[in-house]
Amino acid sequence: MAKNDPAAVGAVQPEHFAFDAESEAKLAVILKRYPPGRQASAVMPLLDLAQRQMHRTTGSGWLPLAAMDVVADRLQMPKVRVYEVAKFYSMMILQPIGRYHLQICTGTSCWLRGSDRVAEVCKKVAGIENFGETSADGMFTLSGVECLGACVNAPVLKVNDDYYEDLDAESTEKVLEALKHGEHPKPGPVNGRQASAPEGGPIALASLTFDKAE
Amino acid sequence: MLSDQDRMFTNLYGLHDPFLAGARARGDWDGTAAVMARGQEAIIAEMKVSGLRGRGGALFPTGIKWAIMPKVDTPIPNYLVINADEGEPGTCKDRDILRHEPHKLLEGALISSVAIRAHVCYVYIRGEFHAEAEAVQRAIDEAYAAGLIGKNACGTGWDFDVYIHRGGGAYVCGEQTALLESIEGKKGMPRQRPPSSATVGLYGCPTRVNNVETVAAVPVIMKRGGAWFAGLSAPKEGGSKIFCISGHVNKPCNVEEALGISLRELIETYAGGVRGGWDNLQAVIPGGVSVPVLPKHVCDTVTLDFDALKEVKASLGTGAIIVIDKSVDLIDTFARIEHFFMFESCGQCTPCREGTGWMMRILKRMTEGRAEPEEIDLLDSVTRQIKGYTICSLGDAAAQAAGGLVRNFRPLIEERIAQYKAGHREPGATSGRAAANPVAAE
Repeated sequence: MAKNDPAAVGAVQPEHFAFDAESEAKLAVILKRYPPGRQASAVMPLLDLAQRQMHRTTGSGWLPLAAMDVVADRLQMPKVRVYEVAKFYSMMILQPIGRYHLQICTGTSCWLRGSDRVAEVCKKVAGIENFGETSADGMFTLSGVECLGACVNAPVLKVNDDYYEDLDAESTEKVLEALKHGEHPKPGPVNGRQASAPEGGPIALASLTFDKAE
Repeated sequence: MLSDQDRMFTNLYGLHDPFLAGARARGDWDGTAAVMARGQEAIIAEMKVSGLRGRGGALFPTGIKWAIMPKVDTPIPNYLVINADEGEPGTCKDRDILRHEPHKLLEGALISSVAIRAHVCYVYIRGEFHAEAEAVQRAIDEAYAAGLIGKNACGTGWDFDVYIHRGGGAYVCGEQTALLESIEGKKGMPRQRPPSSATVGLYGCPTRVNNVETVAAVPVIMKRGGAWFAGLSAPKEGGSKIFCISGHVNKPCNVEEALGISLRELIETYAGGVRGGWDNLQAVIPGGVSVPVLPKHVCDTVTLDFDALKEVKASLGTGAIIVIDKSVDLIDTFARIEHFFMFESCGQCTPCREGTGWMMRILKRMTEGRAEPEEIDLLDSVTRQIKGYTICSLGDAAAQAAGGLVRNFRPLIEERIAQYKAGHREPGATSGRAAANPVAAE
């Protein structure tokens, strides 16, 4: 797959990467979570941190080799151990990516409720043909991902960190158009539903009130 | 139908404040110190009475799981790890606990830590759950600030630290030893057992890995009693749990119900019934895609409990009810499910790495009907060569899924193959063409 093709990655690698002040502050907190001598445990959080910094500073949240090398150095790990972790986990992106990563859940429940239609709309709006491609303006990269774990709100589209749920063709297009205009549509069910409660209001738990609540 | 007074997860839908003030109003962190004061043995005994089984899908009794931990203090620490790597297709119950009931989870973690004598807990949250991880972190910060966890938790003299570790998008990390590898900063490849993680777990130390729903159920069970919980369901079935009803129902939803409720009642009471009516039902996968599929005539009467599902060769799994009506092609559905397992196989064991691909490719051809009738048995034999021959249960799950299709829907596959043959009759075509070694040749 393209993600793991060193040739595809090699052409665009920046030469230098360093954690900035904002990342360093978070890094210090992360390292305290693990016992002394077990700092390798921080490899995933640190790779994630680097990827987020790339997104924040360049608009493309991916992991250059230089960033992996910095992480290896920080955690005193052999570089190859960092590379293998980065390649194993699908959320580590090893090549440049669009500003918005559109991740369509292709899991069973989403597929049963029309994830194919959501995919079609994403392709149309982004002007691309296949999963894995990035739109010409660098705005959208489209991926098909396995179950996102929001099955009773299917179909689900994850945009960067946000879940958009209970989608159909029309609402998917609305979300994407809003993103194109620099807006941040409210995540969650797009049809106004309360989380995982059935549409039209909960049947269970409806009788409960709490004295001191809220 | 379970009464609202007997439901544990009173903020399942997020109708109320998930954080400390709201949680306290719902009874969380109430009397925690008294529960902890009962001590390790009493907590384990109460959990055994409750009959609570692991809610991550393996259904192992929680009390027994805790009792396996070493009973004496050793120089190395014990660890509690909470498995919030929810990824079994169809399952989205832990997500609701993480975002709407994070204090129940933390209180449960504290009580569990007494039972297994752990002073450190890692919550392994799947990477995709960003908002959920933030909610749990906020709850952790609140609990530290209120003295509920940390040094001298709840004023009991018990020290307890909780940290979040976020995953990276690998289904296999939901397997407990793969999850431990992942926390240690490695690829998520399951470990060969024995040794059990009760003796050699995280960082080589005694560890218990429990599912989010299991841990979050502990406080209410301890406060209201194991007997109360056990009494919610038929004897030995283990109380209530959250069901996720997804797929072709009118109103998909999560709901907490007593085990032993009939499948049909669950779907019709809470999820608005099957799309197009009960007679439009084709099949139900009752516990996440790792569990064998059930045909309609079984769904008509089956109840959702441990024994009844075992009798029809299925399982309760995670409680994820995936409803499939007659509008979709079931063979195609399973070709996709096997694609999922192929994609998520860590590649460590040959039967799983190769077998999941074999099953997917056979099913892809069977979707078209482009197969020989004897390949149905071949598919079945592939499942038997995977199940039981792999380190972890991902291979078993993939084999069970395909095996369930063959067992319950053989006529559907036979009909598809016959249809294809009728439409593609070429003069002089050899019928036994695929028989030699049809799978490996692809």
